Amino acid sequence: MRMMRTKSFWGAGRPHLEYAPLPARIDRPEPLRPSGPVTLLHPRPAETRAIPAAKIGDAVKNGQKLSLYGNGDYVTSPVTGAITALAPFPGNFGRNYTAVSIAPARPEVFDDAFQAVRQSPSLAAAADFLAAAPGAPGLQRLADAGRPIKTLVVCGVDQDLLVFTQQYVLAARGHDIQRGIRILKETAGIEEVVILTRKEAVQGFGHIVGRVVGVEHRYPSALPPLVMARLFGRAVPAGRTCEDLGFCFMSAEAVAAVGVAFGTGRIPTTKFLTVIPRDGIARLAEAPIGTRIGDVLQRLGAAMSEGDRLVLGGPMRGTAVFSLDHPVQPDTDAVLVVDAAAALHVSDYPCINCGECVRVCPARMQINLLVRYLEAGKFEEAEGSYDLGSCVECGLCSYVCVSKIPILQYITLAKHELARTRRTESTNA
Amino acid sequence: MPDRKKLVVAYAPFWHNGSRITDRSLQIVLAALPAALFGVYRFGIPALGVLALAVSSAVLWELAFTRVAKRPASVGDGTAAVIGLLFGMMLPATLPWWAVVTGTFLAIVVARQIYGGVGANTFNPAAVAIAILMLAWKQRMDLDAALVNYAFDFPAAFPLAAVKAFGTTAVKDLPLMDLFLGRQVGGIGTTCGAALLAGGAYLILKGVIRWEIPISFLAGMAATAAVFHAVDPVRFASPAFHLLTGFTLIGAFFLATEDSSSPVNFIPMLIYGAVVGSIAVLIRNIGVFAEGLVFAVLVGNLIHPLLDKIRPRALGKVE
Repeated sequence: MRMMRTKSFWGAGRPHLEYAPLPARIDRPEPLRPSGPVTLLHPRPAETRAIPAAKIGDAVKNGQKLSLYGNGDYVTSPVTGAITALAPFPGNFGRNYTAVSIAPARPEVFDDAFQAVRQSPSLAAAADFLAAAPGAPGLQRLADAGRPIKTLVVCGVDQDLLVFTQQYVLAARGHDIQRGIRILKETAGIEEVVILTRKEAVQGFGHIVGRVVGVEHRYPSALPPLVMARLFGRAVPAGRTCEDLGFCFMSAEAVAAVGVAFGTGRIPTTKFLTVIPRDGIARLAEAPIGTRIGDVLQRLGAAMSEGDRLVLGGPMRGTAVFSLDHPVQPDTDAVLVVDAAAALHVSDYPCINCGECVRVCPARMQINLLVRYLEAGKFEEAEGSYDLGSCVECGLCSYVCVSKIPILQYITLAKHELARTRRTESTNA
Repeated sequence: MPDRKKLVVAYAPFWHNGSRITDRSLQIVLAALPAALFGVYRFGIPALGVLALAVSSAVLWELAFTRVAKRPASVGDGTAAVIGLLFGMMLPATLPWWAVVTGTFLAIVVARQIYGGVGANTFNPAAVAIAILMLAWKQRMDLDAALVNYAFDFPAAFPLAAVKAFGTTAVKDLPLMDLFLGRQVGGIGTTCGAALLAGGAYLILKGVIRWEIPISFLAGMAATAAVFHAVDPVRFASPAFHLLTGFTLIGAFFLATEDSSSPVNFIPMLIYGAVVGSIAVLIRNIGVFAEGLVFAVLVGNLIHPLLDKIRPRALGKVE
């Protein structure tokens, strides 16, 4: 597959990138069994001296919560077995994890801690068990009394190109989604449920309670800030979130996970993901969270060679990882293999002010000016005068940049640095 | 078990539309080439010599300066060649070699590299060089004086100079179609309106330049010229005459549209084009120079950052 999408001969128009539709015939894939230990990435506090409250050799049940630092963070074991390793794992943008490796063992024993909670559903209990469930529901967003959520938006569309994971879940798991919506409505005081789907599929979801809204096929119309502005007419003010306006976006898979958990009493631990190998023919896989990406690729017969790029997520917004040992995470909707020969190389060439980025930006930002501030590290000015906070992080500016400036990376870095500075300032104030 | 393949980590997005600065430069050169070749056909080997020297010296100045200043080599992106070519196309065919080389020095080193190189020039480098040469070597840049030894099968006077000196009666016998097809005196690559128009249309369709600037440029020029012509048709030439003579079409499609010295937003592009077009007519009609279009471009370049302040409201902008 050509990873380099060349412009058409007559290039006056804007790039026309469309979201992938769900393949017409798609069967539920056979779930993978992990070949070796699964690895769970547990958030680690900044203090390096924090001692994990688990040790090598500890027995773990399927669905068991592992809270290593007693601060509310936890992971959920997808297997029954024993902990074989605990190792520090540095993530992107200064995030730290402890990689918990668990070797599966027979027989499968399911943890029953959630069974007790299930009888009397409450939001706090759900949030206390489902943070690491497939789709990463992020239920604490619904529990913030300071900004009550009125509208739950169930995303049955995928946010990146080539990916159809959420479309599949919406189409195949309607029953679970239905139950999940009911539980969330009952427990979180949600007034309205909106289901996002592809534009032509709006008619197909009468069995799910909620207002069905069709999303345009053209990238990046499925990104929450653009859905807010274009479909709901509520532009999110720069620097604030959808939650601030009372909207909570949750993937179809996350809502289905809530439904499954309360329906069966077991925390679901397998994740659907779209795998896009080098041949470009996307396939659906189902794997326990924590499975090596390498195992997923091997199972689908997807080859990788030295110098290739392994991307978690899609081609526009994904994150490259450095190892095939990287685990499937609760929010890993896709795995993309980019051929070394077709890979894009960014450059440090200066902006030539051609204006392509300005014309392609869905947030109408002055990227030609913004990028000059970002390159110079002047993040405050970038935010104050050049609308850094408006960015929806679609990556189209980098996609069209003639100078191949890594604009999206600059923007992400600037946002991260500003947030970090503010955190530090408020801590030291 | 562990697979120790070395993978490469990079930033999103992992796709790109494949556009390159070198390709843009190549497209501009291709678009300008018909008009330049017409100039060679019209003015002969001297014109070819001037064009070749302009392009090659521009490239060499770029190479030399980036070497001396220890800047990354930028000569491969073709922008220096584009500047050299456009500069050469506006010169009289008989300009001596030292003036050409000085001109490309002014364009590349003074107007571009000193400002910071690729993408950092405030003014169009080719326009700056032409402007300085016009001020410094007035006689050499005077098209009538420069082309005095040529024998043409059409009136051998620079039409704009003729109008300025003698009024519209001097050019009333020039058919507009002749002007459009290049039967007129001018800079090497500026005489054939048809070729320049075709090149400009090609660039617009390829997405290298935007239609807003040339169209508003021509509209602004036509409107201003129409006002003058209506007031005094004896002194001031018709809009069509202005559109087809001098540096108008090369200015509209190739000079005013230069990336780094022109605005990028819709309304600013329209204002910029209209301002440059109308100032060009003001200079022609009531200024000192018979053809002062490059000065109009420079004025436009000067106000472009200001114009680009007129911008759409960003998504969720908080006042």
